[in-house]
Amino acid sequence: MSDSTSSGPVLAADGTPLKRSLARALRMQKMRALMLIAPLLLFVLLTFILPIADMLFRSVENQIVSETLPKTVVALQDWDADSGEAPGEDVYAALAVDMKAAAEAKLHTRVGSRLNYEKPGISSLFRKAGRKVKKWDVENGGPFKEQFIKIHKGWGDPDVWRTIQTYSPRLTNGYFLNAADMQKGADGAEWRPENEQIYWTLFIRTMIMSLAITCSCIILGYPVAWILANLPARTANLLMILVLLPFWTSLLVRTSAWKVMLQQQGVINETLVWLGLVADDARLVMINNQFGTIVAMTHILLPFMILPMYSVMQTIKPTYLRAAKSLGATNWTAFWRVYFPQSVPGIGAGSILVFILAIGYYITPELVGGTKGVFISNRIAFHISSSLNWGLAAALGTILLVVVLILYWAYDKIVGIDNVKLG
Amino acid sequence: MADGSNSDAFVEFERVQKSYDGENLVVKDLNLTMPKGEFLTMLGPSGSGKTTCLMMLAGFETATHGDIRLGGTSINNIPPHKRGIGMVFQNYALFPHMTIAENLSFPLEVRKIGKSEREEKIKRALDMVEMGAFGGRRPAQLSGGQQQRIALARALVFEPELVLMDEPLGALDKQLREKMQFEITRLAHNLGITVVYVTHDQTEALTMSDRVAVFDDGRIQQLAPPDQLYEEPVNSFVAQFIGENNTLEGTVKEINNGVALVQLDDGELIDCKPVHDSVQAGARTRVSIRPERVEFNKSRLSADAHTLKAEVLEFIYMGDIFRTRLRVAGNDEFIIKTRNAPDQVRLEPGAQIEIGWLPEDCRALDA
Repeated sequence: MSDSTSSGPVLAADGTPLKRSLARALRMQKMRALMLIAPLLLFVLLTFILPIADMLFRSVENQIVSETLPKTVVALQDWDADSGEAPGEDVYAALAVDMKAAAEAKLHTRVGSRLNYEKPGISSLFRKAGRKVKKWDVENGGPFKEQFIKIHKGWGDPDVWRTIQTYSPRLTNGYFLNAADMQKGADGAEWRPENEQIYWTLFIRTMIMSLAITCSCIILGYPVAWILANLPARTANLLMILVLLPFWTSLLVRTSAWKVMLQQQGVINETLVWLGLVADDARLVMINNQFGTIVAMTHILLPFMILPMYSVMQTIKPTYLRAAKSLGATNWTAFWRVYFPQSVPGIGAGSILVFILAIGYYITPELVGGTKGVFISNRIAFHISSSLNWGLAAALGTILLVVVLILYWAYDKIVGIDNVKLG
Repeated sequence: MADGSNSDAFVEFERVQKSYDGENLVVKDLNLTMPKGEFLTMLGPSGSGKTTCLMMLAGFETATHGDIRLGGTSINNIPPHKRGIGMVFQNYALFPHMTIAENLSFPLEVRKIGKSEREEKIKRALDMVEMGAFGGRRPAQLSGGQQQRIALARALVFEPELVLMDEPLGALDKQLREKMQFEITRLAHNLGITVVYVTHDQTEALTMSDRVAVFDDGRIQQLAPPDQLYEEPVNSFVAQFIGENNTLEGTVKEINNGVALVQLDDGELIDCKPVHDSVQAGARTRVSIRPERVEFNKSRLSADAHTLKAEVLEFIYMGDIFRTRLRVAGNDEFIIKTRNAPDQVRLEPGAQIEIGWLPEDCRALDA
């Protein structure tokens, strides 16, 4: 700093540039900070980021066909799928070699299952063929076309071969098409028949219900947060414990409690029947549908709405309302024009939190949602644990992630992410 | 004053009491009458009830007992937004999500004033506080002093006849505070508005007000113009609270022709003006003398004046004045202030001197 007369970089007392000297002085500090967060960073990387990246990659990964049937895939390249005829002998010969190797390694059923996602019925072709081909002499046992068709006439079906050809590349968009209720037809992507379309409905239902849950959380939570923020600290703390009380109970217990409350022989229905408001044979259906899901999830997610709203409202000084009233505003005008705009950041923070939690919620819709009230996450869980179609699950998950990011971006554009405050 | 039929009374408090918990009175039997156009300051230590009075006048607190009248009509049951009273808050309370112009527009919009008239009034109000170029800014982009001006403009823009100010200059630094004190007084007089101003800063109260109400313990201890308040405090609280003050304790020997002869605790006799009702022959009293009214130059004292022996303990040079600490009648904290004039004597510590004063400057107050 003393060298302000010279035009070069500012030098430290010993002649080294000041910037370098500063960097050296701060290096230790930075290293220490890094060391302190290193365990968490490593933990997050290993248990969160890598698995998610792997999962996302699964939505396009398709190496199984080309790895298990390498020769067949090469031989099939020249075959014209639109010819309406099964491929020639060379393809079957290659298939025989591949199939024998696969059957010995017990891999043929996996390819079968994989292709079965795209064309139901293929897995039995592979299972049967694998069993037989294991005993064949694949070098000299030809011609193989007839023999394959004898095992299962499906092997002569051009559609089966089209499926194998379509899914031979190492990467595929098939899972994503599937997740969007589409399939690969003769002319590229096409809609699935209407009775097979389920994911669009599920995505839209998930969005609408998450929105409904967020709205009911705002409506129920806003007055509570307002009261909390305007009560004396002692009373507010007591009430805050009541707001947080649900967190001390297991999620499953709370959801099951709603089952007890809402079912047809449950507390609410019994009371209504006893009061004579509802006939015994016309009990309300409040569970295993969307209503049940919305009620139970609103209850479970409400604290996530109240907490950010409360902490934002706490920062709004009561003098603003007084000032507005002294300037001539009625109670309502003072609230609507002065208090409410200042509380919007809290609503925004709470809404983002609740909406994103709701959109990926699993347990509650599973337990109280029936068939009409389930979310896309339940379908993802089904593909992960029951149908074992991890690729499709990953594609659905990726779409959900992208939708959330788009909504987040839109929120930033409309409301501004700077306006989100947690206190 | 508190008969309620005073014809020029604009703001009236009649026997007003306020309690928050039903056990203690924060405001005890408040009676106050203000004519139109007056600048009245409520001065007092924190917890003395002055802010509560202001809030009752504004309508944010309800009086537990008594009547508050504005322009002759009782406003006890009128909600704050219908009282039409402008108010400036301690921390400005400018709406952070609105621009300056929107802040000023707010009181006009809720009064359903047309757009063109609104803009004209906003412009006039902003020009009045010399902030005309700031209409498009947000409150957070302004300095404390600028925010203060805007708060003032907002309280005045809808042309209220009464404006309340709750320690509006508390957050400003000294220089800015003095500038704003002057500006607020100037505006108030130019616009002819009635102002009730709350502060705990006695300089502010003395320099700005037509009258000052000194609050303590939920009561008005004295309500008087600034000079009277300073020179003629009616009790020892006011004497202590306003300005610097020397006190000596003693017993009243006798009262003759409006002059009380007081025997101090070390036996010396002084003449005082009896002020407080409790000053009777034989009663304990506390005598109050302002430091600048004490004289040690014998030639300036009348021949028959009682004098006291004093020892100089400390001499402090303060530029415009000298501040000398003396031991007088066993009191080590007796201060005298002398002007730094060319012929002024600088007292040396250790010197033995005699001090005296005019009897009317020495006021015998309650013990």
